[in-house]
Amino acid sequence: MLTPVEIAPYLEERRMDLVRFAELQLRDRALAEDAVQETLLAALTGHQAFARRAEVKTWVYGILKRKIVDELRKRGRELVLSDVLVDEDDEGDALDRLFNARGFWQYDTRPSRWVDPEESLQQQQFWRVFEACLTHLSARNAQVFMMREMLELDTPEICSALRITERNCWVILHRTRLALRQCISHQWFESL
Amino acid sequence: MMNCIHATRLLSESLERKLGVWERTHLRFHTMMCSGCRCFGEQAQQLREISRAYAPLGENKSDALPNERAL
Repeated sequence: MLTPVEIAPYLEERRMDLVRFAELQLRDRALAEDAVQETLLAALTGHQAFARRAEVKTWVYGILKRKIVDELRKRGRELVLSDVLVDEDDEGDALDRLFNARGFWQYDTRPSRWVDPEESLQQQQFWRVFEACLTHLSARNAQVFMMREMLELDTPEICSALRITERNCWVILHRTRLALRQCISHQWFESL
Repeated sequence: MMNCIHATRLLSESLERKLGVWERTHLRFHTMMCSGCRCFGEQAQQLREISRAYAPLGENKSDALPNERAL
């Protein structure tokens, strides 16, 4: 069994992985570095012991995700309405590209099945594609999606943090899922 | 018949709230005939699983903890 103090050098060496995760969510390198720093400090003072790498990962990400949620809540309180209202036009265009005038899939955008996604999760290259696709989303959409799916907040909580309506939140999630699955299909599964 | 924009919206919202009886009925009818929306529904769920699994940390197989090989 390994204690947090013994694991600290292992985490320190892989700090950049944590920073990348935090930066994706916070879209701010300095804040991401701070969140990771606080996570590593909290990790050092923990009392758990670990037998396997997977346990360390679950534990350290549990701490980091809580730090990110705290930061987003703080930011939500400072958010001004104009930040929320950007990108509306882009979104309409994106829907137009996926669907025809009657609202059905275009022949070249109709989703087809992903072959063996489980296998893809084992590949580092898949995760780089996933990160790139998230980065291509508008900042607000990516924010809502990641709060929902990575930080596992529920929509009422996201709405109050970002000061949007739940209806609005569902619309954003719908459009983001459309865009993200399109990007991952195109950049990964269709080129396997 | 509902169109694919509407169907994908309901498929997405089904991950957020319980759909009403009519919504479910219309959606089932649509997805029975539309493979694109069936795939979308499946992949919206897979995106959720992928996002939850996303936690980069020393992804190389050889990248074991100091004493992990001995365990």
